[in-house]
Formats: sequence, structure tokens, C-alpha cells
Amino acid sequence: MTFDVVKAAVLVFVAALVQVSILSAYSPLGGSANLVLVVLLSLALLRGSLFGAAAGFAAGLVIDTANLDTLGFTSLLLTLAGYWIGRYGETTARDRFHAPYTSVGVVTVLYAFGTLGLRFVLGDAAPAGAVLGAVPASLLLNLILTLPVYGLVRRLFPPLELADRVHEVRLLA
Amino acid sequence: MVGLVLASLVLITVSFRSTALDSIQGAGASALRPFETAATRVAHPFRDAASWTRGLFNAKSENKKLRAQLDYWRQVANREQVAVGENATFRKLLHFEDSPLFPQDYRPVAARVLTNPPSTFTQTITIAAGSGAGVAVQDVVVTPDGLVGQVTKVSSSVSRVLLITDPESAVSAVDANPAHPGAVGLLERGSAGGGQLSLDRVTKDKTVQEGDTIVTAGSPGNGQLPSIFPRGILIGTVTSAGQNDIDLFKQIQVQPFVDLGSLQSVIVLVPKAKP
Repeated sequence: MTFDVVKAAVLVFVAALVQVSILSAYSPLGGSANLVLVVLLSLALLRGSLFGAAAGFAAGLVIDTANLDTLGFTSLLLTLAGYWIGRYGETTARDRFHAPYTSVGVVTVLYAFGTLGLRFVLGDAAPAGAVLGAVPASLLLNLILTLPVYGLVRRLFPPLELADRVHEVRLLA
Repeated sequence: MVGLVLASLVLITVSFRSTALDSIQGAGASALRPFETAATRVAHPFRDAASWTRGLFNAKSENKKLRAQLDYWRQVANREQVAVGENATFRKLLHFEDSPLFPQDYRPVAARVLTNPPSTFTQTITIAAGSGAGVAVQDVVVTPDGLVGQVTKVSSSVSRVLLITDPESAVSAVDANPAHPGAVGLLERGSAGGGQLSLDRVTKDKTVQEGDTIVTAGSPGNGQLPSIFPRGILIGTVTSAGQNDIDLFKQIQVQPFVDLGSLQSVIVLVPKAKP
């Protein structure tokens, strides 16, 4: 478990750095790929809700610090995303091939709306038109990223044995 | 989970309402700086290769276009050299009082761009120069191509720059075409998106044409609330200009000269004499 935490910390840190230093410079088709989100959701699916929430909080802190943005802003959104997809991974998503794609698709859209709402609440500029216009391209780019990223994360964090995940909800039907 | 959400909310509240966390955040950003620089350096060869390949396809047509532009601008430069000399003479004769001039009243601080705009919402970048290099809040940021934005947050070795495409940015700008004097307006983020800007508040009696160059207007004289942007910094070119019966002002779209989405280095203009 400790080794998993170290691996996850390094992975999330590298993903956040690549996101802020390299990927954010490109906006093909008007959208931008969110590597941190895809890595986080893959981690949450494979290691559960608490792991996902903690990884999301840490990733958000790194991003907000690097961008000198409002601290806690990205942490809040990524914590919720990590926890929610972690719960999905612990319940209905287990062993489903489409789970990573469904998770990334749904969370990409909700993340855009969440950012918009939170900015609005904080009194920042929240240009809904520009954000919603970029969602389809971002969705496509994130889904393209999902295949290699989920594959890599799955190699680094192989699915746990049944005994290790006794806290999970098992569906009988 | 609840603890993490609460911690996030506390961080947002403290960070949003006070500057208590600024020093910690600044120290964190400084600590991240070597990693960001390393990541940018790793990506540099790939970025260069992509740019080189793209350049090969456009080289011939671009060469022809640039040669035509060179001839035109050579003639303009000759004419303007004479005008600059005359202008200096007239200023002396009139004892003309002026606001700080660009670039002679500013000290340039070149800085690497550490992070690019994180999202469509936040059009900000962080740069590897802070208060240690003399950078302060409201310093103007440019590239050799034109205006980039202004510094909004400073730590010891890292600063945040608000780009001119951010919804919260507004720059007093003017049409530089001498045939259309007085077309002063407020440059804001365009509603059309795609990195376009909109020159608002230009009255209908002024003439602005497609292809005109827009520069910063600065402020006339040394007023109580002078513009932080010195006069004469290139901003962009007018891509469309129109008007209708309903709006009070013209609708002018401006394409910035600087590619604000993929900046690699910038120049911060630090005033030689701070007000």
C-alpha cells in the first residue's frame, strides 16, 4: 500500500507538471487535453474512492501552486471527481471494459460545468459560451488519451485481489 | 473525503479573501520552477521539430509574401524616420509634458514562461521572474511581436501575468493608422472566441478599417489615473470593423500579433522611475 502511495504521488506530480508546462500550450480543435484528470480517474477506478480523493486533492494543490491560482480551487473539483469515480470503480464499474471511457467522458463534461459554477460563485469571469464551445474538443482529446494512460496506470497499479477489496459493494445480480 | 473537501474550501476561502497564503504559494511555485523548466526543455525539441515541419510546407509562399511586405515597410520606415526627427524637435519647442514612453522609460526583464493558460476561463501564465528581478504588480508584459498583458501577482522568483485575452483584462487602445486619427477604444476579450479581441467604445464617427494596426493608447499627460500601458505598444490588426443602427459604438474585431496560447518567453517592462 505504501509503495502504491509513493508511485501514485510521483505519477500525479509528473502528470501535473506535464499538464501545466506542456499540454496547456496546445489547444487543437479549440479544446485542451487534461492529462491530470485522465490519470486521476484511472487511479481512482483501480484503487478506490479514498485513494482517488487524496490523489485529486494533491494534484489540485500542485496545479494551483504552479499557476499561482486560487489555492484549493482545482483541489476541490479533483477531490470530488476522484472520490466519485472511485466509488464507481468499487461498485458497478468493476471489470467493465467501458468504465474508463465512461468515467472520463462524464467527468470531463461535469468538470467543465463545475469549474464554470465555482468561478461564478467566486465572482470571477465565467464565459459559459467559450467553455461550452471547448467541451466537445476536450472530450475527444481526453477520450483519445484514456486508452494509453489507463493502460499505463493499470500496469503500474494492477487490480487488487478480492481479499484486498472487501470493503467494496458487490452486486449480486 | 469530507476532510479533504473541507480543507479545499478553507484553502479557497483563505486564498480568495486574504494574502495569508501568498508567501507559501510563492515558495511552492519557486520550488516547482526547476521541474517546470525541465519539463519545458524536454518538450522543446519536439516543439521545434513540429514547427520546422510546418514551416517547410509554407516556406515558399511565406517568402514571397514577406518580400512584398519588406519592400512596403522599408518605404514606411524611411518616411517615419523623418517624422520621428520632426516630432522630437516639435516636443522640445512646445515643452510637451508626456506620460512614460515605451521603450526608453522602461527596463526590460526577459523571462521564461513556466506555465501556459490553464483553461479557457483563466487566461494567465506564470513566468520565471519575480520581485527579485524588480518585477512588481501592474508591470506591463510584451514580446517582440507585441503586447501580452500585465503582472497581477508576484513572488520572489515567479510572477503571474494576466493576458489581454482574459475576460478581466481591458486595455486602452488606438488605431495607429495616421489616416484615421482619434479612434480610441477599450480592448477586451472578443465574444467570438478563438483568441480574438474586441475594440469597444469607438464612436461611429471614427473611421477604422480592416487591416489597420491597433496599438496601446497610453494616457495623455500625467493624469491622476494614468493607463498602466505605455503608448505605442503593438497589439494586433483589425480583422473586421462594422456598425449597426442599434449599437452606440462600432464593432471591431482585432487579431493579436502575439500567439498567446503558446508563449515561451516574454519581456517584463519595469519602469525606470516607479511612481
